[in-house]
Amino acid sequence: MPERPAPRAKQGLGVDLRLASLFGVLVLLILIGWITSPDNFLTGSNLDTILRLAAPSGVVAVGMTFVIISGGIDLSVGSVVGLASVWMTTLATQSYGPFVMVVTGLLVGLGAGLVNGLLIAYGRMVPFIATLAMYISARGLAEYLSNKQTQVVRDQDFLAFFRGEFLGVPTLVWILVIVVAAGWVLLNRTTFGRRTFAVGGNPEATRLAGINVKRHIAFVYGFAGLLAGITAVMLAARTTAGSSTNGMFYELDAIAAVVIGGTALTGGRGTMVGTLIGVLIFTLITNIFVQNNLPTEVQNIAKGAIIVIAVLLQFRTNKARANT
Amino acid sequence: MTDLPTSLARRGFLIGGAAVGAGALLAGCTSNEPPAAQANGGANVAAGQGDNAKAGKMVTIGFSAPAADHGWIAAITKNAKAQAEKFKADVTLKATEGTNDASQQIAQVETLINQKVDVLVILPMDGKQLTSVGQSAMDKGIPVINLDRIFDTPLAYRTWIGGDNYRMGVNAGAYIAAEMKKKGISNPVIGEIAGIDSLPLTQDRSRGFKDALAKAGFAVGPRQAAEFTVETGEKATANLLQAAPKLDALWNHDDDQGIGVMAAISAANRKEFIMVGGAGSRNMIDKIKADSDVIKATVLYSPSMSSSAIALARLLGQAKGMGDLAEHEIPALITTYSAVVTKENAAQYADVAFDS
Repeated sequence: MPERPAPRAKQGLGVDLRLASLFGVLVLLILIGWITSPDNFLTGSNLDTILRLAAPSGVVAVGMTFVIISGGIDLSVGSVVGLASVWMTTLATQSYGPFVMVVTGLLVGLGAGLVNGLLIAYGRMVPFIATLAMYISARGLAEYLSNKQTQVVRDQDFLAFFRGEFLGVPTLVWILVIVVAAGWVLLNRTTFGRRTFAVGGNPEATRLAGINVKRHIAFVYGFAGLLAGITAVMLAARTTAGSSTNGMFYELDAIAAVVIGGTALTGGRGTMVGTLIGVLIFTLITNIFVQNNLPTEVQNIAKGAIIVIAVLLQFRTNKARANT
Repeated sequence: MTDLPTSLARRGFLIGGAAVGAGALLAGCTSNEPPAAQANGGANVAAGQGDNAKAGKMVTIGFSAPAADHGWIAAITKNAKAQAEKFKADVTLKATEGTNDASQQIAQVETLINQKVDVLVILPMDGKQLTSVGQSAMDKGIPVINLDRIFDTPLAYRTWIGGDNYRMGVNAGAYIAAEMKKKGISNPVIGEIAGIDSLPLTQDRSRGFKDALAKAGFAVGPRQAAEFTVETGEKATANLLQAAPKLDALWNHDDDQGIGVMAAISAANRKEFIMVGGAGSRNMIDKIKADSDVIKATVLYSPSMSSSAIALARLLGQAKGMGDLAEHEIPALITTYSAVVTKENAAQYADVAFDS
């Protein structure tokens, strides 16, 4: 881990500039959507669809933001989503009703995340390797438990609640809003958040400052796992099924959203709002392409380009800040 | 223990207890045993006809297929085993563990050849990569039944049996066109949720669909590809429904992803169109029978072809022909028919439905 300057408590103009340019990209995309599909893009139900599609990947990305700020990486979240979605929808789990289903999803996610954290913090494994192992084995366990079959959710109460609305806003979107808000508070207004920045910025100095770095790292991965569990619940509701294929490539989408959002892969720096905008940018691109009846492969080219542009932009704003 | 502050010890005890409790709770939640066993374990099997029903000489059939990573392939393996069980008087099945690694499948087939099985049934992971091993089996005098994904050369198989992706699209398109005419819709908006676009099977299905609609004077409107999983089906459909505020018909290529497609349709609360599925999962056939949803039909691509392949392998091993044909021999090419399952005939097709 290279030495990095400790994060400043108040972040300077650079962050605002970066967020402003990200926000600009978001507005630009909305304009493109509106111009290319004037009738169907800016409608309430399309907005609803975009937010519901963004919700599960958004929740995963919140956890990924913490992990990356702490100087790590979590490749396993997508597989953990798959595992939790399978575990919470087995016939046995479903027979205990919706409450146990949700708790199972959350516990499986939390458990897998804590295993990651323990391996990294106390087993001294590199995060890339530890979570790569979890990425492989969680998907394997999900396939084993489900026998590679799709497990349809039969519980109507579960479906009615999570597929429903509250005050005109879909439950899934409420969950996203709550998780992002909680993530923001946790990151910016609590000791936990300050420690996360500190651990990512300079773990040695943090340890010397008397903070239990190992325990904190274990908690960060546990938190990311818990959010993967929440995502599994959301996906089981959205698709009405648990499957070992659920959450495929979520880790990559989440890392992309976090990076677009301006969080440094080297740790110690990052924002929650940026991550949220990153997730929305990705979801919007897909939606705009479908609105114009364009095939999937073109979407992927555009997504790759957006990552490159976002990172180049940040590089420039960082340099500008360094020069002032 | 007395050295520890009691509060800390108690906290450790509580956390440990909670972890053990959570572990016990989770362990109890892993079972997927269905409440009641289905006949043949839900597989559909062929019965021998006429003289072919009588047990003949013992035939050892080697069977190799890709890993059962989705419902359809799982049903392929299940059907093969059920069919061998049905003919257990004169059939021994040697099935290898499914793999998605072509080189490993080659090794497995080579092992079966070395074990001197009488007939081989191979559903290759990739037809091109498995061609040479199929050919070497044929060269050694072991007839090969090539299931579904076709080898590069007829020299590598004695008989090919498989589905018809083009006709799947044709039959879906023809059904939708007929329904549109019946309803008197002259300029319908017809959507399509495809599978993985880079696969030839998806391209064939889409081509058939387009051709059949064109024959009726219609065209494919909004089209998106998913990836054969419930989640990708849901995503693609949620977006497509926003792009098309009014649809008259929708064809979804695959009933596995169809669960997600239906979830997106119900979330958008749309019912103004008819939907047609593909492959023929139990889920969808049940829904078609109930007729309470947008799905009105599905075009088969049935894993029952695997049962047929085992039945053919048995006849080949016993040097018998197929009862009703004038030929002495089993034909070299057999293409299964993509029947359209609707509410009217759903009961009749319940036996070929597979668990997605």
